[in-house]
Amino acid sequence: MKRRFGALLAGVSLFAATAASAKVFEPTSFTLKNGLRVVVVENHLAPVVTQMVWYKCGAADEAPGKSGIAHFLEHLMFKGTKTVPPGELSKIVGRNGGTDNAFTAWDYTAYYQTIAADRLEMVMKLESDRMSNLVLTDPVVLPERDVIVEERRQRIDTNPQAQLAEAVNAELFANHHYGIPIIGWRQEMMQLTRQDAVDWYKKWYRPANAVLVIAGDVTPAAVRTLAEKYYGNIPAGQPQLRNNRPQEPELPGERRVVLRDAQVRQPSLVREIQAPSYASDGKEHAYALQVLADLLGGGSTSRLYRSLVVEQKLATAVSADYTPESLDRFAFALSAQPAQGVAIDKLEAALDAELAKLVKEGATAEEISDSKKRLVDSAILARDGVTGGAYAFGLALTTGQTVEDVEAWPDRIAKVEKPMVDAATILVLTKNANVTGWLLPPEGLTAVSDSTPVAPSQSEGPAGAIR
Amino acid sequence: MIRAILFALVALVSLQARAATDPQRVVSPGGIEAWLIEDHKVPVLSLRWSFLGGWALDPAGKEGLVEFACTLMDEGAGDLDSQTFQKKLADANIAFGISPERDRLSGSLKVLTQSRDLGVELAALALTKPRFDEDAVERMRAATLSNIQAELAKPGWIAGRALAEAIYGNHPYAHPQRGTLASVKTITGADMKAFMSQRLARDTLMVAVAGDIDAKTLGPLLDKLFGGLPATSPKVDIADVQLPTQGKTIVVERPIPQTIVVSATQGVRRSDPQWYAASLMNYVLGGGSFNSRLMEEIRDKRGLTYGVSSGLASYEHAASLQASGATKNQTAQQFVDLLKEEFKKMADRGVTQKELDEAKAYQTGSLPLSMTSTDKIAALLLQLRQDNLGIDYLKKRNAMINAVTLAEVNAVAKKLLDPAKLTVVMVGKPTQ
Repeated sequence: MKRRFGALLAGVSLFAATAASAKVFEPTSFTLKNGLRVVVVENHLAPVVTQMVWYKCGAADEAPGKSGIAHFLEHLMFKGTKTVPPGELSKIVGRNGGTDNAFTAWDYTAYYQTIAADRLEMVMKLESDRMSNLVLTDPVVLPERDVIVEERRQRIDTNPQAQLAEAVNAELFANHHYGIPIIGWRQEMMQLTRQDAVDWYKKWYRPANAVLVIAGDVTPAAVRTLAEKYYGNIPAGQPQLRNNRPQEPELPGERRVVLRDAQVRQPSLVREIQAPSYASDGKEHAYALQVLADLLGGGSTSRLYRSLVVEQKLATAVSADYTPESLDRFAFALSAQPAQGVAIDKLEAALDAELAKLVKEGATAEEISDSKKRLVDSAILARDGVTGGAYAFGLALTTGQTVEDVEAWPDRIAKVEKPMVDAATILVLTKNANVTGWLLPPEGLTAVSDSTPVAPSQSEGPAGAIR
Repeated sequence: MIRAILFALVALVSLQARAATDPQRVVSPGGIEAWLIEDHKVPVLSLRWSFLGGWALDPAGKEGLVEFACTLMDEGAGDLDSQTFQKKLADANIAFGISPERDRLSGSLKVLTQSRDLGVELAALALTKPRFDEDAVERMRAATLSNIQAELAKPGWIAGRALAEAIYGNHPYAHPQRGTLASVKTITGADMKAFMSQRLARDTLMVAVAGDIDAKTLGPLLDKLFGGLPATSPKVDIADVQLPTQGKTIVVERPIPQTIVVSATQGVRRSDPQWYAASLMNYVLGGGSFNSRLMEEIRDKRGLTYGVSSGLASYEHAASLQASGATKNQTAQQFVDLLKEEFKKMADRGVTQKELDEAKAYQTGSLPLSMTSTDKIAALLLQLRQDNLGIDYLKKRNAMINAVTLAEVNAVAKKLLDPAKLTVVMVGKPTQ
């Protein structure tokens, strides 16, 4: 998750819209002697450059009982090195007109700066410095642990929708660490120590375990020179294997999470279904699943929207999301929001009927070709911006894909045929482990009024007089 | 969630002038003016435009009308019903929409060059002949009601509502943008059609364009897109409002483990000569992300919050300085105390020369970051037009920021940062 305000990047299917395209990014890539993989994406729209360093480690690599350490270390990476005082990196970037941040997911942790192109050398020096010279002391580590606990309160503990997502996810993955929240379980986060952070850093933060992506107003030759100068002398370290993660057993039965929350007034429904990724068993379905998600829930002309919202008027919103970028099997997700007065079980039954119809009849050739065209064309839009390419390659190279895979994305989408979509449909909509979640208002609450939605329980002046 | 009410008009900053980023003024054969930054590297075109008159114009009892009407603007036009219209947009990857701001209706169209003519045709049809079919109206009404209900569970939204009511009182800025469950039920298709046909007119239209088009092609395209609109619109008549000069604290109790704190006091307008000084001051106080005093004192030193920030908001009829963050219930009072202490400290002692220099360096150095895609560039150009800045503004901006003195920044800090004037809202279960 982002170090600061920002969307949770874990498992969100935002890639389809910003994905790569046929020989569109046309990157240059090479590997330094110490194993650091480097990708350069030229983009001269503005005199700006984005540097991203992605590490091949994330929350799913954490040891039992240490949940949250990947994300905690992400925060601690801003706490200084042998030569740069705590917090100074962001200050230096800021006074050079740049912005910087970082994010953590189950399979990766990434750091980035976007800045005027003539400052690239400066940020490469800073980023390479913290790849091996991080200094952690209790006076900076302990307050930051409080910060991540506050982050959890802000993102999850005050947000019923996020609590439901966390619970559904924990049900969906009974054994794989994808069932553990990226930010961590609170009681484990509160026990994380400086030593835990140091151990994590020493194990994973090495050139052989990292990907450097530079995108923007640069040339590959200039980047290579700078990469060798600043990253080339860092000891390689051992590339860490990640093929020994606990995998999911086959679990029979229909699983369900019902969350009633005093805050909730608008019910909602989610269904999470295990699905293959680009890198897992069943990877041959990954492209067809993207077409399926689009024709099923992508926008106002999709199957589910037409049926449940336009025709039957049972829902006010629906979605289908699929995330192919993960090391292990992840999820195909459906969601729906019932219209006022529609019981959630009635909406679920209508959703199931629609899915059963799709399984029985299959998507039409026209639906499939329209979706493919939309997806392929969307790759052109991904070039309109500096960070899109950097993000695409960092994501791919930390989740088991190659540069070539990213470049071939539109071609592979274009090659999806109806039998592949039918097979993918049967795979995720009939056989796979799934969990249904309901978010509901408190029991007994039938009518909702917002005539005084925020009537303060107390209102006092003058300033400072609270209660 | 908190950020939603904070969107400071982040200082637009200057960059080393590059020919490629000099906007051109394009006037169509029909007299419609647009500012254009031409760039053919990617076959994409982005247009942004706005009309005067936004959700502050919602009539009493029909709050939410403008937002509701905007949701209908891509739901069918001319001979095309909702599904037909939506399918044409989706199949060609055309992004089109009208969104409500408090003082304006803001439009956008982003197309691949291969779909440019279709995009313009569909957008023109939507602007001049929106249908407001009953079926689409009821579907969007249901969605709006769901969205309002969903917001009732969000502490950040609750805080924003309570703050708006406290600082704007009876002013049109006080009401919820989406309306209430009761008011949305009273709005009709005819109400929305009447509103749009009044407001969508050429006299208040401003247009900005970036991407794969030249001036010669853009002229006739502007006429196709906007030429069918009426020439004039009724005057917008909304009073200015000052924020309260007497601070107060409002607690909205909610059964959650964290308290959301939002606060506001009088700010300065974008057109005010003190704007640049205020903007630099705000960067040091809480606008500078990780590099602000608020973040350093409340997050870095004490670990009390994930994020705390401040921002300046300047609208047509009000200007505010806002600060917000979230902390566990047990430290909510401490959070508010620290916030006020930082206000007072900066009012009394000002910022240091070093802090001012860093703020200037950020603001003068970061403009290129807002020009990294065609839609960002178009949005920037439109903002310049709405703020009445000249077409050569991007070249002058650096000098204007660098001319601000320490004394000017400290004077504006003294003027704005009076903790006794701060309206504070706390949502949660704050304990002493």
